[in-house]
Parts: sequence; structure tokens; C-alpha cells
Amino acid sequence: MSPKTLYDKIWDAHVAHEAEDGTCLLYIDRHLVHEVTSPQAFEGLRMSGRTVRAPDKTIAVPDHNVPTTLDRANAATMTEDSRVQVEALDKNAKDFGIHYYPVSDVRQGIVHIVGPEQGWTLPGMTVVCGDSHTATHGAFGSLAHGIGTSEVEHVLATQTLIQKKSKNMKVEITGKLRPGVTAKDITLSVIGATGTAGGTGYVIEYCGEAIRDLSMEGRMTVCNMAIEGGARAGLIAPDETTYEYVKGRPHAPKGAQWEAALAWWKTLYSDDDAHWDMVVTIKGEDIAPVVTWGTSPEDVLPITADVPSADSFEGGKVGAAQRSLEYMGLEPGQKLSDIEIDTVFIGSCTNGRIEDLRAAAEILKGKKVAVKRAMVVPGSGLVRAQAEEEGLADIFKDAGFEWRLAGCSMCLAMNPDQLKPGERCAATSNRNFEGRQGRGGRTHLMSPAMAAAAAVTGKLTDVREMM
Amino acid sequence: MDKFETLTGIAAPMPLVNIDTDMIIPKQFLKTIKRSGLGVNLFDEMRYDDDGKEIPDFVLNKAQYREAEILVAGDNFGCGSSREHAPWALKDFGVRSVISTSFADIFYNNCFKNGILPIVLPEEAVAVLMKDAEKGSNARMTIDLENQTVTSSDGETFAFEVDSFKKHCLMNGLDDIGLTMEKAASIDAFEVQAEQARPWV
Repeated sequence: MSPKTLYDKIWDAHVAHEAEDGTCLLYIDRHLVHEVTSPQAFEGLRMSGRTVRAPDKTIAVPDHNVPTTLDRANAATMTEDSRVQVEALDKNAKDFGIHYYPVSDVRQGIVHIVGPEQGWTLPGMTVVCGDSHTATHGAFGSLAHGIGTSEVEHVLATQTLIQKKSKNMKVEITGKLRPGVTAKDITLSVIGATGTAGGTGYVIEYCGEAIRDLSMEGRMTVCNMAIEGGARAGLIAPDETTYEYVKGRPHAPKGAQWEAALAWWKTLYSDDDAHWDMVVTIKGEDIAPVVTWGTSPEDVLPITADVPSADSFEGGKVGAAQRSLEYMGLEPGQKLSDIEIDTVFIGSCTNGRIEDLRAAAEILKGKKVAVKRAMVVPGSGLVRAQAEEEGLADIFKDAGFEWRLAGCSMCLAMNPDQLKPGERCAATSNRNFEGRQGRGGRTHLMSPAMAAAAAVTGKLTDVREMM
Repeated sequence: MDKFETLTGIAAPMPLVNIDTDMIIPKQFLKTIKRSGLGVNLFDEMRYDDDGKEIPDFVLNKAQYREAEILVAGDNFGCGSSREHAPWALKDFGVRSVISTSFADIFYNNCFKNGILPIVLPEEAVAVLMKDAEKGSNARMTIDLENQTVTSSDGETFAFEVDSFKKHCLMNGLDDIGLTMEKAASIDAFEVQAEQARPWV
């Protein structure tokens, strides 16, 4: 047998039909659904008299526009149009008999945090969701990618997706990370190196010692942003860390099935002489704590650097950088660590897991915030409960952070959590696009520890100075 | 779905790189449960000021581009979120084709599901078409999907590649759920085999 990559192996195990031109029907093991990209898909099913083919493999949870304030049980906290979407999901979940975690359920949270937490996401699976950050689930060695609403309808109706195979890219992070450097710094640094279109047409497998050393939370952070590098999906081969995380979760296999699953999962790695269409290698020791300065996730620099000038770029990026600098209100040559911020947002499917909250709390212990507004939005009700049990919630509250309920919140600002024009935010989320966190809002992406450090000093800060 | 065979229309130049789906349709317009009516909010934050008034400099607000059916755009058009609201908004505005050097993967796929043809051309070709688009409403481009060509107003023709299955569906306005349903026997057989191989799924 010819050597295969991890992606090849998962792909081959899921082809339900292949046409002569290579167009495949890829069978989908898990379909995650949320309120914003699904209403039109369910409506489409109804209009054509179709049904959900595999409701037991379909899991829904509202997350994008649910309020995260403590009074959200009161429907009046939601805008009319948000409420309509959440109610539509309530109804669609009920009508079509799919698994559902409503807003009132303690297990509710961001779909990409709930899936792994509940054991829905397992190694070797195909996972899709009408959300680009579905790439997160690749951390388990599952082939996971975002789809549009028409494709959501296609998967609901047929449990398959029409796909052609992507190319294989290997991103290897060798050696150890230095103190203060996290999974977020890895993933941002990779995008900084490859650009936001560098991964277009590829599925990335992240490997190397620095990736192996990461917890599942860290691996999810890395894979989450594969899409920001343009890749269809990001993958990390499953290992003992993966099995340990999965074991005992509500929907993980048990008993003899666990043993059978484990035996297969252990075959899920890229063969030594597998073919790669592209290889990127970065030394772990070369990665520094980073922040973004512009309006594209590729605008990444170490916190010790200065704001670049537009003419240090080439081609179309010169104009884009000029526009970014104006939008962000920054001057070339300004030290990144001199940039003052108003708001800190810790949360999102990138960094809303327990380990992220621990890292931020570690920096915040016994300190006070020096910004106008700081909020922590745990990724799920269960993350929130665990953080309360561990005493992290008290650290955040004592420091002056708002302690919110679970949801996507200010990552995309579909609920009332938004920046005002000109407000500058240190955010642990995944996109710094113009207007992403609110019209005119300015976003700097970074790790939870870096965001916590910024909250304490009121400006972008090298977390290593506080360790 | 609307068929796409040929299109002759006004092309609007948008040379900015990395035009993301948040720019194409900001999140406040994702709260709809319909697919229609988003055209008025296409490029909302670039197109209107804080008071909701049109920004005269924005390309689609200029008299000569208000009827544009084609966009010629910078690299990596449609990056970011998977929101299909982006092609819905383009379609609702009247855009049937976008030309760029590269597109983000999910956006690219979403276009085909909505009768929009995204065309990838080399940098030099996009540069020629960008210049052509800058001429305004007197310069109409022609796109011929059957023959896979774009012709500028000066008659310069560029050939493009497109996946044969996607082309077939677009030219015939086919609903791909219906097409997949025809292969239900393959899916049934796969499920039986997968259930034996991986019963824990």
C-alpha cells in the first residue's frame, strides 16, 4: 500500500461515492448546527419535503447571538431578530428530532467547545458545521471544516458533502516553546508566515514536538485558526493526550467499543514517507508572544516589535497595510507595547476553554484592571462551572472583569457585546477584520495570558515581564 | 437555482486585497432567517456612513457602477466567515460573477450554490481587467462559462479553469441535493459498511 497522510486516511474511510472526475460524496459523521447559518437550511428542507437523514449525528446549540449577561433567561435581553433565530433553532431541533442544548442548559456554549466537551468529536471522524471555525475539531485528528448554508441543507438531507480532495500541507513546529509562548502564539505565527491565503486549497497537518507537547485545549486553539490561514481544515494526529481527553465523555465510546475505537485511532497518523504538497517548518524556540497590529490575521508581530510602515510590504498588500494603519489609528515605528487599549475580551472558540481561563487568571491574581471594560466569556456553561469551582471566577471578578455566561459574544459582536467606534480591544478571539467587534472597533489578537497582561497595564504588554 | 451561461455587464473595480465576508455583509445582517433582501446591505460599512448615508467615493455608489454585475477584486476575496449571506447579498445586489487571483475556499463553494461564478485568473489578467473595469459603464465585460472565457471591453480574451461538475451544475441551474439523492443507494451501502467498521460513531 502506498504511504498516506492522516488526511488521506480519514478521507479514504469516508468516501461514499466517487465520480469519474474525482468529485466525491464524503460521508459526514457529525453535523454541528447553530442558530445563524441554519434557519434557511431547515426552511429549504421543509419547502422540498425533505427530512434530516441522520438526526442522531446532528447536534445543535445556539451560540452566536445569545446574550451572555446574567439576566439572559429574560427573553427581553435579546433583540427581536436574535430571538427569532434562537426560537427557530428551538423549533427546528424539536421538529427534526436532533440533539439539542438550549440556552437554559448548563451544557450550552460555543458549538466548537460543546462538541468536544460532550464527546461528540472523536478521532478519525468527519465533522462539519455552518461555521468557519469548525477547523477546531481537527485537534482530535478528525477532518473538520466549515460549510455554507446550502451545504448545511445538503448534509441535513443526505449526510454527505460534495467534495474534491485538497492538497496536503505539513506544518511542523520543532522543539520546545519558550516560557510565555502559547498555542495562540503558534497559530498566529504560522499565519504570519504563510499569509491568510497561504493555506488555500490545502488541509494542514500540524506536527512536531511543540504540537505534541500541547494539551487538547492548546491543540484546539491551533487548529481553530487553520481557516484564518485559508486552509480547508487543520489536523493533529491523535495520541495519548487525545485519548485521555476523550475517555469518559458522555458520547465517547465505552467498554468493548472503546477498545475497538482505540485500535483504529492508533492507525491514524501520517506514514513516514507520505507525500506532502507543501512543508512549513518553524522552530518552537523562534516563536515569541505575538499580537496583531492590522486588520488581517496575517498582520502578526512579536510584542517587542514596532508598528510596520505600509511600504515595507509588496504588491496589493501596500494599499491594504495603509488602510489597516488608518483604520487602526497607528503610526509606523510606534512600539507595539506603547499601544493603549480600552477593552479586554477573553473568550471565543479560539480561547474560551478552561486552560485559557487558567492562564489569564494566573496573570490577574491579586491585580486590578486598568482598562474601561474587561470581560470573560467562558466557552460553555461547563467551562464556567469548572472555573467557578477552581476559584478562577473570583480572581477575574476581583480584578474587575465581568464574569459572563457562555456564547460567542464579542468575538463577532452579534449580541449586544460590541466595541464602539475607535475603541481598542485586546482580544483572544480569531479575527481582527474591520468592524468585526463592532463598527469602527479596533481589535488586537493575542493569547489569554497576553490579554490579561494588557488588562493590568492598560496597554499591549509583553506577558514575560509579568511572569 | 438560476442558470449561468453567459453574462455581459458592467464590472466594478475593487482592488483591495483580503476583502473578507465581514466587509461583504457585516454581522448585524446575519440575523435574518431568509436568503433574500440583503443587497441593500452589501458592503454596508464601506458603503454607508454612521448616519446611513451613502459614501460617494465607494465604488458601488458611483453612478457608473450602480448596475454592476461583475466585481474585479484583489487577492483572497471572501476570506473569513462561512456566512452564505455574503453570496446572497452579492446576488441580491445583482452581482453574478467575481474575478480575482484567488478566493477563500468556503466562499468560493458558496458562490456556486447561488448562481454566482467566481473566476480565478493570473495576476496579469486581473490587472488588465481591473484597468478595464475602471473605465466605468461604457466598458462591458463578457463572461462565457461554456467556453470558459472572460473578454474585456477591448476584446482581449482570457481563459479560466473551472471544475467540470461545478460548471455543469451552474450552466444547468441544478440543485445538487437532488443530484446527491440520486446516489442514495451508495450512501445506504456506505452506512452499512461504516456501521460495521466503526460502530462507535
